[in-house]
Amino acid sequence: MKKFLIALSTIAALAFSAHVAALDVFACEPEWAALMLELGGDRVSIYTATNAFQDPHQIQAKPSLLAKARRADLVVCTGSELEIGWLPVVLRQSGNDAVQPDKPGYFEAANYVQKLEVPTVLDRAAGDIHPGGNPHIQTDPHNIARVATALAQRLTEIDPANAAYYQARYRDFAARWEAAMQRWDKEAAPLRGAAIVVHHKAFAYLENWLGLKEVAQLEPKPGVEPTSAHLAEVLDQLQRQPAKMVVRAAYNDDRASAWLAERAKIPAVVVPFTVGGSDKAKDLFGLFDDTVQRLLEAVR
Amino acid sequence: MFRHLLCMAAAAAVAGSSLAAEPAATDTDQRLQNVEQRLERLENAAPSAVPPASAGSFNPAVSLILSGIYTDLSHDPADYRITGFPVPSAAEIGPGRRGFSLAESELGVYANIDPYFYGGLNYSLHPDDTASVEEAFIQTIALSNGFAVKAGRFFSGIGYLNSQHSHVWDFADAPLVYQAFLGTQFGDDAVQIKWLAPTDTFLEIGAELGRGRAYPGSDRDGNGVGAGTLFAHLGGDAGVSNSWRAGLSLLNTSPQDREFSVTDLAGNDATNSFSGHSHTWVADAVWKYAPNGNPVYTNFKLQAEYMRRHEDGDVTYDSDGALGLTNTAPFDAKQSGWYVQGVYQFMPYWRIGLRSDRLDHGTVDYGANDANLPLYGYNPSRNSVMADYTPSEFSRIRLQLSQDKARRGVTDRELFLQYQMSLGAHGAHAY
Repeated sequence: MKKFLIALSTIAALAFSAHVAALDVFACEPEWAALMLELGGDRVSIYTATNAFQDPHQIQAKPSLLAKARRADLVVCTGSELEIGWLPVVLRQSGNDAVQPDKPGYFEAANYVQKLEVPTVLDRAAGDIHPGGNPHIQTDPHNIARVATALAQRLTEIDPANAAYYQARYRDFAARWEAAMQRWDKEAAPLRGAAIVVHHKAFAYLENWLGLKEVAQLEPKPGVEPTSAHLAEVLDQLQRQPAKMVVRAAYNDDRASAWLAERAKIPAVVVPFTVGGSDKAKDLFGLFDDTVQRLLEAVR
Repeated sequence: MFRHLLCMAAAAAVAGSSLAAEPAATDTDQRLQNVEQRLERLENAAPSAVPPASAGSFNPAVSLILSGIYTDLSHDPADYRITGFPVPSAAEIGPGRRGFSLAESELGVYANIDPYFYGGLNYSLHPDDTASVEEAFIQTIALSNGFAVKAGRFFSGIGYLNSQHSHVWDFADAPLVYQAFLGTQFGDDAVQIKWLAPTDTFLEIGAELGRGRAYPGSDRDGNGVGAGTLFAHLGGDAGVSNSWRAGLSLLNTSPQDREFSVTDLAGNDATNSFSGHSHTWVADAVWKYAPNGNPVYTNFKLQAEYMRRHEDGDVTYDSDGALGLTNTAPFDAKQSGWYVQGVYQFMPYWRIGLRSDRLDHGTVDYGANDANLPLYGYNPSRNSVMADYTPSEFSRIRLQLSQDKARRGVTDRELFLQYQMSLGAHGAHAY
């Protein structure tokens, strides 16, 4: 037993020392992986735990995630309980002290933005609600900017040897992002005030940014799949209170929005929601370029 | 062993802190300051985004599992047995009581104790108004290099289903191999050490040393160790849509006077006991498929486990002397069994599943007691089909039908209609 343990710890020590070279980052969602790439460049090695076609609320603590979390120097997640169904068990079983929630190696993006839709009453009868507020913060580029500032700071803390490199990349990114945001604001001006129907309450930050007005959801309650009775109600509501489009994320099933779009005679828009959610959403810039273009096409 | 671990933890800590303490260049300081100023501006601009904290935030996560069942059986469960696989009366096997019944309901309280330990209690409420401690353990969260240590009462890490609570199983009852070889589930008062390898492929190795109080062990009064396990699990992804895990485990126990009752060759109910060594090998595999890794609309799960047990020692026939025929003789048995099950979610909230169970009577040698104790040469089997409806992560309603041939010469047709709901903290489930 003792020999076995010594052998194990030797392997572990070798693996550990080989690892100090590049910063291993475990990104819970593709948008944080993309941001990490902007800030960390070739000094970081990034693993993305989920993809744009997975419902971020319904991820399983599969073995590959445990193996990756065990080697991570930094875990970057949304927080606000978006990952509550799988991340706690992954971190607890990772045997990796550095990325536990109270450590610098654990970063929750939602802590650095002002959250919307913070519930005043916590009751599961209201569906899948997040006590900390709506966690889908990545749909507003201003939030990306805020998270970038905090994440750059965190990188310099846990990898001070490359601090200058990270800060240089951060300044470069921040400047390009600022310019891009001005462009998006200008381009998206026709969207201001447009009424929309959404599949899931996943677009609060997008609406807040672009001045869209959410009039209905296809889900009867957050996290509950659309029912025909509820869809009929939404259709009825749209007769009195018309909307410009029905919006869903890449991971949502298309049937409910197709049903409504056909009957209400409004376009169904699928937005990438995160990096990788469409062909054009290859990085964060592409994500917002494509999102704005798709929304604009619907109001034209 | 512990000293060794502590040394390693200390070494890792030192390595970590020396990195962090490295002096940064003045240039960097300046940039850091800039960033800090930006942060400050940001914080002043936006009201505090941190959720309000109160003393209540320190409360542990409390969850309550509520479960009830309606059971309809074509044969009396009072004489339920798995022919050729006698278990102690304390082991809860079989389909349970007929009619409406409370099923196993559980109260769980879990929390981080401090920066170093996590702990929890799972208290199980049984339909006969008794309660038991299902799990009560502490585990480390601050060790590095992939190590974790757990101590207390907990379900062993062997196999796949064993460490899961019954409310996350996909069928209303445990596979026959689990009932016959582990008395439904093997939980012990023990210490566990697990190590996760620093590899891209998931590789976990674990060992446990414990009291061995539960079947196939037996509670005893003595120093030292009554049960030991070793297990290894390997897992990974195959593309974005497939994930898998496979493992091999060994459970060793040394039961003393482990009782079992059988009808002897003369037709009497005889109480007997076994003392010796019990070795159980478990091979497990699970494969999950979800299109693009998104299980919300459709998904499929296939799992199978095989167990092989070797027991040798002495069997005392009529150990309580009720028949006046008490006799001790050498015993040696090699038996095995398996189950395979598939569960398919064909639309949101709805799943169907099939399970096939089989045990192989193997070779059983009672020595001189062959004259008293029967050898059946019978292979118990069971087939089950289930359908369940899961309107949310917190509730599930299930219908299960089984054709149970655990008893020789009896085909029990079983129907289960059950609900399983959880309220309280949103638990994260293991794979």
